[in-house]
Amino acid sequence: MQLTLWTYEGPPHVGAMRIATAMEGLHYVLHAPQGDTYADLLFTMIERRDRRPPVTYTTFQARDLGGDTAGLFQDACRAAYERFRPEAMIVGASCTAELIQDDPGGLATTLGLPIPVIALELPAYQKKENWGASETFYRLVRGLARPRAGDHVRGPRPTCNILGPTALGFRHRDDLLEIRRLLETIGVTVNVVAPLGARPSDIARLGEADFNVVLYPEIAEAAARYLEKAFGQPAVRTVPIGVGATRDFIAEVARVAGLPPLTAEAGSRLPWYSRSVDSTYLTGKRVFIFADGPHAVAAARVATTELAFDLVGIGTYSREFAREVRAVAAEHGIEALITDDYLEVEDQIAALRPELILGTQMERHIAKRLGIPCAVISAPVHVQDFPARQSPQMGFEGANVLFDTWVHPLMMGLEEHLLHMFRDDFEFNDRSGSHLGKAPAPAAPAAAVAAEPEPAAPSVVPATTRWDAGAENELRKIPFFVRGKARRNTERFALERGIATITLDTLYDAKAHFGR
Amino acid sequence: MTVHTLIAPRPAAGCAEDAVLRERGQREVFCGLTSIVWLHRKMQDAFFLVVGSRTCAHLIQSAAGVMIFAEPRFATAIMEERDLAGLTDANDELDRVVERLIARRPDIRLLFLVGSCPSEVIKLDLHRAARRLDGIFAPRVRVLNYSGSGIETTFTEGEDAALAAIVPQMPAAAPGAAPSLLVAGTLADVVEDQFRRLFDGLGIADVGFLPARRLADLPPVGPATQVLLAQPFLKDTARALEERGASLLSAPLPVGAEGTTRWLQAAATAFHVSRERFQNVTAAGEARAERAVRRHRAALEGRRVFLFPDSQIEIPVARFLAREMGMELIEVGTPYLHRGHLAAELALLPPGAAISEGQDVDRQLDRCRRAAPDLVVCGLGLANPLEAEGIATKWSIELIFTPIQGYEQAGDLAELFARPLARRQKLAV
Ligand code: SF4
Repeated sequence: MQLTLWTYEGPPHVGAMRIATAMEGLHYVLHAPQGDTYADLLFTMIERRDRRPPVTYTTFQARDLGGDTAGLFQDACRAAYERFRPEAMIVGASCTAELIQDDPGGLATTLGLPIPVIALELPAYQKKENWGASETFYRLVRGLARPRAGDHVRGPRPTCNILGPTALGFRHRDDLLEIRRLLETIGVTVNVVAPLGARPSDIARLGEADFNVVLYPEIAEAAARYLEKAFGQPAVRTVPIGVGATRDFIAEVARVAGLPPLTAEAGSRLPWYSRSVDSTYLTGKRVFIFADGPHAVAAARVATTELAFDLVGIGTYSREFAREVRAVAAEHGIEALITDDYLEVEDQIAALRPELILGTQMERHIAKRLGIPCAVISAPVHVQDFPARQSPQMGFEGANVLFDTWVHPLMMGLEEHLLHMFRDDFEFNDRSGSHLGKAPAPAAPAAAVAAEPEPAAPSVVPATTRWDAGAENELRKIPFFVRGKARRNTERFALERGIATITLDTLYDAKAHFGR
Repeated sequence: MTVHTLIAPRPAAGCAEDAVLRERGQREVFCGLTSIVWLHRKMQDAFFLVVGSRTCAHLIQSAAGVMIFAEPRFATAIMEERDLAGLTDANDELDRVVERLIARRPDIRLLFLVGSCPSEVIKLDLHRAARRLDGIFAPRVRVLNYSGSGIETTFTEGEDAALAAIVPQMPAAAPGAAPSLLVAGTLADVVEDQFRRLFDGLGIADVGFLPARRLADLPPVGPATQVLLAQPFLKDTARALEERGASLLSAPLPVGAEGTTRWLQAAATAFHVSRERFQNVTAAGEARAERAVRRHRAALEGRRVFLFPDSQIEIPVARFLAREMGMELIEVGTPYLHRGHLAAELALLPPGAAISEGQDVDRQLDRCRRAAPDLVVCGLGLANPLEAEGIATKWSIELIFTPIQGYEQAGDLAELFARPLARRQKLAV
């Protein structure tokens, strides 16, 4: 038993729903009790979908258990087929139905429906949402994809499938548009995109493409490996998040597609924005990353090589990607945090005190509590992760978006200088700050200057450590948006050295200690 | 899988004969675990530990609709493969989890072990587990159990099960104690305080509320206790209270100006409050409520409304919409119809109102589309799809998550239904 206050991933059948809901003409009959229908609202509310997910739940009740839950399941399959007339059906059990062992696959097959019926085995007590999505997609591809008819003849333009985008995916809709455009620009024709927008009959045509592009390995790697083995289709595996990765992606596509080396960087602004003098202040900002595996790995590269941040912590809730994330951590001489317990993540953030957090919606809340700037880079998704505008993470436009969304939470550079310059001005008091209103909330214990808003940050000092008047006065001269950090660092410094009273000297010793 | 039977028309009790459509198909409703979302806010020293699966954990966090801002007072002990293998081990595991939890949260006085479908199906005896753990941690922390599983409870029935589990913990009223009033069913604190003032005005001094905000504040119960239900879904709780000797008052729910007056009147009658005093105490609130409601009447009058089953509050709300807002009821769905507790409500429904109990969501959607209502009251899974079809909707979950009971909230309640229509009028995109 695992004590869980909040979970990054849903159960595996929610992953299957993400596949079914992404597709057209596919129906999912799920043996599950009524409460499990909550999953519909993930799609209709968070993603604002205009249709119900194509899922029929049997909603068996306690009184059915002694009786014929198997019959109930078969009736549900039949009724769903009659009503929705899908091209194909997937069937399976949620956690509860797994325990009553009705064998949905077998039951559905005996109905003899005139469509392909694919049985899903998603062990609910071992696996989670992304695994469920991956397994479902793999089963669909395995069950429906046909090899290309005749010998492989390359057409005038190479063709590929784009694999991985799902319903309820973090920016999948926008990434897809961006990558599709990029592929078309460099002369590759897209054969099928799956699962998002695909019909079962499109899955059948996957074999016709020259190669596959695996945009989201957490969803599509298993299917791509199958297609590689069964149909000899090579896969492009670079996840094009960030400028460098997008360049690598293009190079890999060119190599696999047999195209000459190319560049297609029109509209790419991150490189210049990052080199412009205003960005100087970004140098060495201490960043903490927590995300699904692929997004964590990609964010680490962008953060360190394209924005010149320092990576002070990295982690993931996807155990499937523990190895990859650990490798990145090792490159930066740190240890990866592999967990799905957000309290552990919070503890690590509190201990590391990064200047920027790149995380999920949960880390955004943690960041708010600790008064640290944050940008969201990964699922689990929130209604805010489906913005009305195009906002990809992938491709060159995606990199532009990353620049904006990661840098804006930080104080703008030039402005930071001005604030320093005018810090002694009477008008520059604790109430007025950046006109952008983006200053990270200062974090300070109750002893702080009265005008300072009281943030919900834990103090690291026991009640025995105190500030003497001189140090307290000096602290007040530090601009409010860095004062919290100065206070915390000094207190930590004092605590580690057993200093009971913080003096001017302690303050500057600490500054020297933490200064770069 | 659909069995729908027309059961005999209920005896005419002031309203016309109408049949109840009973459906047994796919239900699009939450399970009882969802009640934790509001129960844990109300009961400030209680912790709700669901013994269930990842699905259960995901349901609660999704239904809560928000991410967690502070460490919440609910959690799930997610069962894993090895917990299913042996019940002894599962019990050991549970003890370990509870110990860790209690150590981490010294502020907790009451711990609920909440059963789920998986725990029920593998027959993990949480009642025994709760007794065992209670033996270890009482009196500092009391440990109780109930089931919020989806195979046994629908949405608000989780609250019913939780309250029914608390009833045995209520102190016994002293023998020969003066008559007391007990209001059962979670109300927002602000509403509870309003009612307290009204009862005070009526001279009913001894008023208790269930659930209490803290375990130590549980009101006494006994043969002199008169129970007024503030929520329609308290089947087991009412029975448990009756077992403690209490008697139930029959009243409509305190929804809308009329419902609130009749509800208060039931208490006033039981406590022999004079007609004059009742008038004096309630007149101002009632008038305010009527005024507030009237502001929205024009927007709703004559409009046709279709309610999908969700929380069992559909019938009281439909009564309000019909009688105070002048709306026409097309269908009033409820997950479960408790005829006894709702007798006073059913008597007030307009003739011909179609009631359905249970659900077959696809058929119900067919009926709904055919009827082309002006407003549909439904759950979050259906709202956007219906809006996309051009049908105005109101999320039923708000009827549970926002305070709607009492005079001062009647206007807010009306506004909940008027807003979607007003919004459509304003939008020109
Ligand atoms: S319906 Fe059952 S399995 Fe599903 S969330 Fe509710 S209690 Fe858990």
